[in-house]
Amino acid sequence: MYSRREKRLALLGFLGPAVLTLLAIGIYPLLFAFWNSLHRFILPRVPREGTPWVGIDNYVAVLTDPSFQQSLGRTFSFLLTVLPIQIVLGLGIALLLHQPGASLLRVLTRLSLVVPMATTYAVVGLIGRLLFNGDFGVVNWFLGLFGIAGVNWLAHPTFAFAAVAAMDVWQWSPFCALVFLAGLTMVPVEVEEAAQLETTRWTAILRHVQLPFLIPGLTAILILRTADILKMFDSVFTMTRGGPGAATELISVYIQRIGFRVFDQGMASAQAVIILVLTIILSRLYIRVIYREIEQ
Amino acid sequence: MRDTTAPAAAVAADRRRQGSLRAVHVIALLVVIAFCIFPFYWMVATSLKEQAVALASPPVWLFEPTLENYTTALGKSGVARSLLNSLVIAVSTTVLALVLGTPAAFAIARFEFPGKKELWFWFITNRMVSPIVLALPFFLLARTLGILDTHLALVLTYITFNLPIVVWICSDHFRSLPKDLDEAARLEGASAWRIFFSICLPLAAPGIAVSAIFSFIFSWNELLYALVLTRNEAKTAPVAATGFMSGYELPWGQIMATGTLIVLPVIIFALIASRQLVRGLTMGAVK
Repeated sequence: MYSRREKRLALLGFLGPAVLTLLAIGIYPLLFAFWNSLHRFILPRVPREGTPWVGIDNYVAVLTDPSFQQSLGRTFSFLLTVLPIQIVLGLGIALLLHQPGASLLRVLTRLSLVVPMATTYAVVGLIGRLLFNGDFGVVNWFLGLFGIAGVNWLAHPTFAFAAVAAMDVWQWSPFCALVFLAGLTMVPVEVEEAAQLETTRWTAILRHVQLPFLIPGLTAILILRTADILKMFDSVFTMTRGGPGAATELISVYIQRIGFRVFDQGMASAQAVIILVLTIILSRLYIRVIYREIEQ
Repeated sequence: MRDTTAPAAAVAADRRRQGSLRAVHVIALLVVIAFCIFPFYWMVATSLKEQAVALASPPVWLFEPTLENYTTALGKSGVARSLLNSLVIAVSTTVLALVLGTPAAFAIARFEFPGKKELWFWFITNRMVSPIVLALPFFLLARTLGILDTHLALVLTYITFNLPIVVWICSDHFRSLPKDLDEAARLEGASAWRIFFSICLPLAAPGIAVSAIFSFIFSWNELLYALVLTRNEAKTAPVAATGFMSGYELPWGQIMATGTLIVLPVIIFALIASRQLVRGLTMGAVK
């Protein structure tokens, strides 16, 4: 359609500005972070000591540092806590929305699912602090209705972890629900109706008819949520600042503390590069699994 | 007699079962709505309570609403300024992302070129990477350039995640426009730029609007970069909301008033774009 010269000029004009911008503000800072990770770079000491080259010392230190490993472990146990709940709740909500009848109520439900997803992460943490307050929190009051004694949630390591997890479940179960619902609507109507004549057990229909259509969404959820929890910062920071102790210090909060509260930029950069590598693996995986059909 | 009563009883039982199933469905939907709305409702309710009422235990459900928290937060506590900062930053970065991103999206949708896969990979990685990875070098670079605590620092930073979003959503929309349009215009002698500006851009306007909404929401909501790159002058609203969190007795009413002011526009925008929400958040993996 276009001559070669014309195509080359058009590409330059269309893509040039965006690619240059990405190189300048995306790639260059990453290389700079990598460079910093190879130096001793403790901000308050820079005027006196400068930033001496230390090679891979920071990486050795990070990988043998128990507090880094603990934080990474905590991040994965957080993932393993919230993800199954979000998937089960999400699937349940999606099935409710897929069920015919009560159409006005279903529309309202769909709209209300947007509210948690749209709530600013930082504000989610603030709401969490309000709901789980030990003195006047509404969660303790609610538990009291069932005769369960309230606790001072955010002062106790395990309970604080549970409270942060609960807020994440609140925010992201709707996302899982909408992803699953999109899968359910892909099931051809005739197939589903034929299955309903065969059996009345919804579990059988779910397993044999609907499940194949839910798998792509489930894969997307698994990968995206893993990435989201690796980068989760705002809501934890406003809710607990990683405390009490380090009970809720997920990996991004931990790196932020090392970089901006301990001011060890070299160490923090090395940790960030490790997280970047994990993310690159995840996004490679995402492309391979999800865009298989689209890219060809 | 027997022959007619038995099926009748069965039908009645079946109907009862249907009725109770319907009731379960309705109740379950109501529970889901309550689950989604309650924390939001509680924030808004607390923002309208006086401090003594907000801290009451057991919680007070019926109270006389007051707007005092809003006036105090906006006036004395300087939240108005931070909201303005947030608005300026979110709008500028969205405009910049659209100017840079829509032509790039068009090129990705219409041309084959080497490095297309790499570019794509880079966008997906940007959707996933933790902001802390870039916050460290950005802080040092902004300090060297002397742009700490300015709007510019945040606008540039936010481009790193807004540009991929805009490019992704827009290229998806450009791709859905029939190529015949381009070819017909080509036969009339239109250049690639002419086709982009006069044909594809107007036709893809709804998709561009959605990408603008996404870009606005992500910038408006962002906390980590803003925390690291601003102090006072360019402080955004989420940072201001976090700033209340010191001292012994927290001004809960003001905190929740600020929270409400931050969240309300986002929810309105998200409801407008709700059909595209999941597609946008999964980078197109879910239709």
